[in-house]
Amino acid sequence: MTLDEILGSLFPSGHTVESGPAGTLHGTAKVEGQSEVTVVGIVGGKPLGIDGALPLAGHVLAAVEAGGRAPIVVLIDTASQNMARRDELLGLNEYLAHLFKSLTLAAMHGHRTVSVLFGHAAAGAFIATALSSQSLVALASAEPSVMDLPSISRVTKLPLEHLKELAKSTPIFAPGVEPLFATGAVTETWAANEPLAPHLAALLQQPVATLDPRDRIGLERKGRLLAQKIAERVAAEAAAHAGS
Amino acid sequence: MSNLLQPHEADWYEASARERIAGLLDPKTFVEFLGPEQRVMSPHLAQFDLTGAFDDGIAVGRGRLDGQEVFVAAQEGRFLGGAFGEVHGAKLVGLLRAARDGAETGGPRAVLLLLDTGGVRLQEANAGELAISEIIRAIVEARSASVPVLALVGGRAGAFGGGGIITACCSRIVVSEHARVSVSGPEVIETNKGVEEFDSKDRALVWRICGARTRYLTGGADRYVKGSIQDFREAAIALIPHAPLFELATLRAEQQRLAERLQRFGDCRDAPEIWGKARLPEPERITEIPDDAFLAIHRPKGADHDAR
Amino acid sequence: MEQFQVRGTAKSRAGGHRHQAITGVNASGNLEILVERVLPERECLVDVATAVTGFRGIWEAVIQEFFERSSPGGLRFSINDGGARPDTVTLRLMQSVRLMETEA
Repeated sequence: MTLDEILGSLFPSGHTVESGPAGTLHGTAKVEGQSEVTVVGIVGGKPLGIDGALPLAGHVLAAVEAGGRAPIVVLIDTASQNMARRDELLGLNEYLAHLFKSLTLAAMHGHRTVSVLFGHAAAGAFIATALSSQSLVALASAEPSVMDLPSISRVTKLPLEHLKELAKSTPIFAPGVEPLFATGAVTETWAANEPLAPHLAALLQQPVATLDPRDRIGLERKGRLLAQKIAERVAAEAAAHAGS
Repeated sequence: MSNLLQPHEADWYEASARERIAGLLDPKTFVEFLGPEQRVMSPHLAQFDLTGAFDDGIAVGRGRLDGQEVFVAAQEGRFLGGAFGEVHGAKLVGLLRAARDGAETGGPRAVLLLLDTGGVRLQEANAGELAISEIIRAIVEARSASVPVLALVGGRAGAFGGGGIITACCSRIVVSEHARVSVSGPEVIETNKGVEEFDSKDRALVWRICGARTRYLTGGADRYVKGSIQDFREAAIALIPHAPLFELATLRAEQQRLAERLQRFGDCRDAPEIWGKARLPEPERITEIPDDAFLAIHRPKGADHDAR
Repeated sequence: MEQFQVRGTAKSRAGGHRHQAITGVNASGNLEILVERVLPERECLVDVATAVTGFRGIWEAVIQEFFERSSPGGLRFSINDGGARPDTVTLRLMQSVRLMETEA
């Protein structure tokens, strides 16, 4: 689906989404059951750098400033973080962190945050967009990754064929929607041939967990068997020692 | 580590994770959670023919800093580059959540993150990446519960990738000369964009682009210290009372300060260009001068701030 | 990857009262040793995990010599090896015993 098709399918009752700098999008849209939603995005396969992250955070903060509890939908078809000397020099880590913090603040202020991944997202861009919202939806065309297999092969010095073989038996490292669903990153997937608006409306009606549920979900789906238990064990030891 | 030095006198860079904790906190106050004797290790390394670490490369626990209860986590940067795996990440997530939850009932005064990491452990890429995002969320929640979270960076691995993003989510950041804080590593930029964009073998360039002095002078770090554990300890004690709250006003200020930086220096490609525009003395020499001379420099406008 | 155990007897109990200690790191050319005072006084034991295969004979010789020299009765040593040379292994084993002799 093209971006226009996705926008049309998500927001058939209308939207004001327009392009901004560096591959960004912003605007508002009508969704059934909600008065209005804020839409932001990074699209066109553009890497996420400081020139994109800053205005995106600005739009998110503007939504918080405006008050109310309008949901925020983040549309994603990016790449990795922008690999540029100038962005790192200027503190890319701070700009990506600021976007993550802004989306988290918005959720704390009652704005439901939903990322809709319909293309690529990798590494730092994946963290700052897809993994910073309360829910992550993957469309059929989604290609999320931490790192592509050939690069993992190069860095770990394991042959690519061996990695592909290993990836069949564990979701712990391989790219793609399936392993990221199993480990708890992807909340739900929406099929290619169905209208998206009813899915979005339904998702926005569901109550959202106050606390981060992803490690519990990873355990339930058997993709991350240890994370939740270990976090709980540490928290239990911390509580046991409290005040002593 | 020399037997003649007290724990806090030792050099941060050379010290192990536990040695840093021992020197940072008040003597003999550290209590470790899920210590190495519990052997909570990664189940994912054997299939890559790798041996593990009894603590999966991170020590977490509590102790006292200048008499006040704190939680502390220290990454061992020499084990698999200090990278985040499932177990490693979960230990830190649990610690931060406990700090958040303990806030009401007299929990820790602050959380100290002794970061020393290349980012995600590729052998456990999805778990590592998820852990990083869960860590960030837990940092924000702890900060929202008025528990400052401090990043202390000065080890061999630096704070790269998700580690760089985590650093910038903390309330306050302390760095020493050895520290590098960045997202993409120089080699990765060179591989993807060519040596003209980033010559990863040019160490001076690496430190000009990613290093502690640049971060400190641009406001990407709040304290620059000399390299002993005692220096980090003093900085942490001093910064805790000044940690900014996590709230809309802070992020508004952060948006402003990042916009100003981009506006003033957005066309710079190397640190001396920034120092020149900021009218600092001898821009070309800033990365070379000794720490005392560096610390005497008046930071450019905007570097000293209370956002984040 | 290899995992194996080397058992020994010691002439005497390892000194000190510490229950456990940890030293070193699993990094290239190095090793991590966790030592615990959990065995009967005249027994000692080393559990080795190493990614460098084919050197079991050398490990056993180095460890038996260490048992002979240091008499670490009652101690269980657990090793995660990053490809350390025999002299580094000996050094770390001896360091770990010294740590057990210090004040807890």
